[in-house]
Amino acid sequence: MTQVSMTLNGKAVTGDVEGRTLLVDFLREDLRMTGTHVGCDTSQCGACVVHVNGEAVKSCTMFAAEAEGAEVATIEGAANADGSLNVIQQAFQDHHGLQCGFCTPGMVMSAAALLKDNPKPTEAEVRTYLEGNICRCTGYHNIVKAIMAASGQDVSAIAAE
Amino acid sequence: MPKDSGIGASTKRREDIRFLTGVGNYTDDINVFGQTHVHFLRADVAHATINSIDIAAAEAMPGVVKIFTGADFEPVGGIPCGWQITDRHGEPMQEPKHPIIAHGKIRHVGEIVAAVVAESLTQARDAAEAIELGLTELPAVVNMKDALKGGATKVHDELTSNLCYDWGFVEENKDATDAAIKGAAHVTTLELVNNRLVANPMEPRVALGEYSRADDMHTLHTTSQNPHVIRLLMGAFVLGIPEHKLRVVAPDVGGGFGTKIFHYAEEAFCTFAAKAVNRPVKWTSTRSEAFMSDAHGRDHVTKIELALDADNNFVALRTDTHANMGAYLSTFASSVPTWLHGTLMAGNYKTPNIYVNVKAVFTNTVPVDAYRGAGRPEATFQIERVIDKAARELGVDPIALRRQNFVTEFPYATPVAVEYDTGDYEATMAKLEEMADFGGFAARRAASEKAGKWRGLGVNCYIEACGIAPSNLVGQLGARAGLYDAATVRVNATGSISVMVGAHSHGQGHETSFPQVISEMIGIPEDQIDIVHGDTSKIPFGMGTYGSRSLAVCGSAMVRAAEKVINKAKKIAAHLLEASDADIELKDGQFSVAGTDKSVAWGDVTLAAYVPHNYPLEDIEPGLEETAFYDPANFTYPAGAYACEVEVDPETGKVTIERFAAADDFGNVINPMIVSGQVHGGIAQGVGQALLENCAYDEDGQLVSASYMDYAMPRADDLPFYQVDHSCQTPCTHNPLGVKGCGEAGAIGSPPSVVNAVIDALQSGGKDVAHIDMPLTPSRVWGAMQG
Repeated sequence: MTQVSMTLNGKAVTGDVEGRTLLVDFLREDLRMTGTHVGCDTSQCGACVVHVNGEAVKSCTMFAAEAEGAEVATIEGAANADGSLNVIQQAFQDHHGLQCGFCTPGMVMSAAALLKDNPKPTEAEVRTYLEGNICRCTGYHNIVKAIMAASGQDVSAIAAE
Repeated sequence: MPKDSGIGASTKRREDIRFLTGVGNYTDDINVFGQTHVHFLRADVAHATINSIDIAAAEAMPGVVKIFTGADFEPVGGIPCGWQITDRHGEPMQEPKHPIIAHGKIRHVGEIVAAVVAESLTQARDAAEAIELGLTELPAVVNMKDALKGGATKVHDELTSNLCYDWGFVEENKDATDAAIKGAAHVTTLELVNNRLVANPMEPRVALGEYSRADDMHTLHTTSQNPHVIRLLMGAFVLGIPEHKLRVVAPDVGGGFGTKIFHYAEEAFCTFAAKAVNRPVKWTSTRSEAFMSDAHGRDHVTKIELALDADNNFVALRTDTHANMGAYLSTFASSVPTWLHGTLMAGNYKTPNIYVNVKAVFTNTVPVDAYRGAGRPEATFQIERVIDKAARELGVDPIALRRQNFVTEFPYATPVAVEYDTGDYEATMAKLEEMADFGGFAARRAASEKAGKWRGLGVNCYIEACGIAPSNLVGQLGARAGLYDAATVRVNATGSISVMVGAHSHGQGHETSFPQVISEMIGIPEDQIDIVHGDTSKIPFGMGTYGSRSLAVCGSAMVRAAEKVINKAKKIAAHLLEASDADIELKDGQFSVAGTDKSVAWGDVTLAAYVPHNYPLEDIEPGLEETAFYDPANFTYPAGAYACEVEVDPETGKVTIERFAAADDFGNVINPMIVSGQVHGGIAQGVGQALLENCAYDEDGQLVSASYMDYAMPRADDLPFYQVDHSCQTPCTHNPLGVKGCGEAGAIGSPPSVVNAVIDALQSGGKDVAHIDMPLTPSRVWGAMQG
């Protein structure tokens, strides 16, 4: 076991992990931060996306020990300081961008990384960026719409609800 | 003006807050004190005799608590099948034992061979690698037609063959159908495959078993669409646990799509093992395990013939289907190709003669059961593809051919034993024409051609049957369960309401939409009403959520229970207002005496019910809580028309979806936003089936598509924005809300339009291609183009 320390959603955390412990398992099992989900075992689905030092990372693809000293942000820390939904979370609710909610934390964290780099993405840019996030419920329509709305674009002309 | 609350309002979902902030409570999020972990050693061959299992070395590994094999489960029951089919000759289907852990023989890749319970998951995995299996491999039966040949290897030695049943429907129609086909002016024949799929809810299955010696109580937390069904099947048929000693909890569940209806070996294992080791036992499926242990869907091979008279009226339809059951009968496997498929073969059309033959076949593959649509997509795909082929053969417009043959008068009794209560297929087709802009297609096609692409337009109709019922009918048809649902409306003293429902929400938004109904009925705000679901210790005995039944069946039970509550509350109000019950009206949360200004608020009445000082105790009991069970009189019949426009790249065969429009008739709609979302998701799964997804086995029974690297899930960049509409509404005539169900429509209605569109595109490019089997991958389309 090795000791690992990092900053999680702005707070210092520490734990003892095996070399093979994945970051997602450290978050979920050791720190009991269960908002980050595991939907596959081949780094395809994106349910486990978190931010490490400001970059979107699939936390099933990284060992916990690799995050030593890093700033890690998860869905639990995404809301505004007063606890209200942030602009992306609010857009997901407003535009029905989630159903079962299982892929949602990864979607929101990916969307935040996209909008940081590309504040006004086109539909095609959103769809391309989400290639690594699988949703089985929504058919992506309302996810794409929500992300475009969160970027401040007028989505009222986009077909249907 | 759109409403802002109650029935018809697009109320934002309250459940979203917990999901968006990471505080949902999915089964894998639950850990309990003293918990152990199980790792299942699964078969990596499709068919073998188990000669020996040596667990000695594994038992000595660090952290191992106990290792179980098939012998440990010999005394308990097998996993039951919930529907007995009677074949064409009056014989019951062949029904092999479905063990919790393979015993003596392995019958599919992924079957559990041993289970290692250890202190940690990694210890359990490490120990499983030390188990020594002595196997004799047997030839695998994979192809259904080969499985039925004389001398074929049998999946189950104790059965007479690999044929589960040979079902004819309606047997009395056979001769007339044969004769009508023989005498028809034109017969179109199509042979097709409805590809095997994996449901793939994003949350893999999880089971956590607990046992309390203090009160002999078992608790199972599980990812289920129907916790009471699991309690009944597992308690009564597998483990012999009385129902009052078994609690099944399905908390937040991350999608189901059918595959979380069924009772699975892992649930029974964790429940059984928790008592055996006197510790909680938890299993969380990996995605790779999910591919080889979640029940698969579809997998039909069909020949369909459509006969038309000289005026292009449909005169007969005959189908011959082989349906893959896999190695064992999953919970509702037997009902899917029969009662959920044969009864829908009339589609939206007044074809007078229909005969359906289905041969269900055992193979050395994962069991196949209901997946979103379940039987109805298979029926719709055949009908709507053969109509398109007929239109092309006859040189007529495929939409006109459909319109000419629509059922137009309701109720309509089909030749396949069901009665459509209401519908308006012309209305949804007219709406589709407007939405999809058929008039602009020629210009879009010309633009595509200029860009070097072939553009095609495909259209289809669909009908489905939701809320399968009534129980006495389905019982006659072989169902081993009732198909009612239940709700308890518990009014609290201060007027807020908890509604305990048998339906289960795993993405459908019941926590938001069900209160809209109660709010509309009583006139109190939606936020004063909560829905409780997913825990057998809290809710009445309901059958859960599948087959687009939640609102039509459980919602109806909720309305009935609320009506009882309101009737009682009116009696209390009458007492408080010193008036007659018959004169009391309830509006906007106020009880008033008709024609007067006397009124009393909802909260005052509910308080009186629980603090009954000024109360007619001699006439009515205190309290305000009512339960209703609702058993529908008939199915509901949502229907609609879908259109897809594709571009095909002539160089590569790659298909892109350019436009997709869906006009649905779901009857009355409670929350239009949620309904649109259900259709979006269904369309994506249907497009996935048509273009991308395929669960593939090789000839040895190896599953070759067992990860997201190999099984092509639809991604955001595979799909367009969809146009959806549900303004055509012919309310259901036999349930109190006039609702029909919307959960499966998209998945049922979309595959034929995609394939029809691709064929249309290829034809426009001068390629005389009549059919391509799904999924229409670039290599298949390109191959078809080469002739």
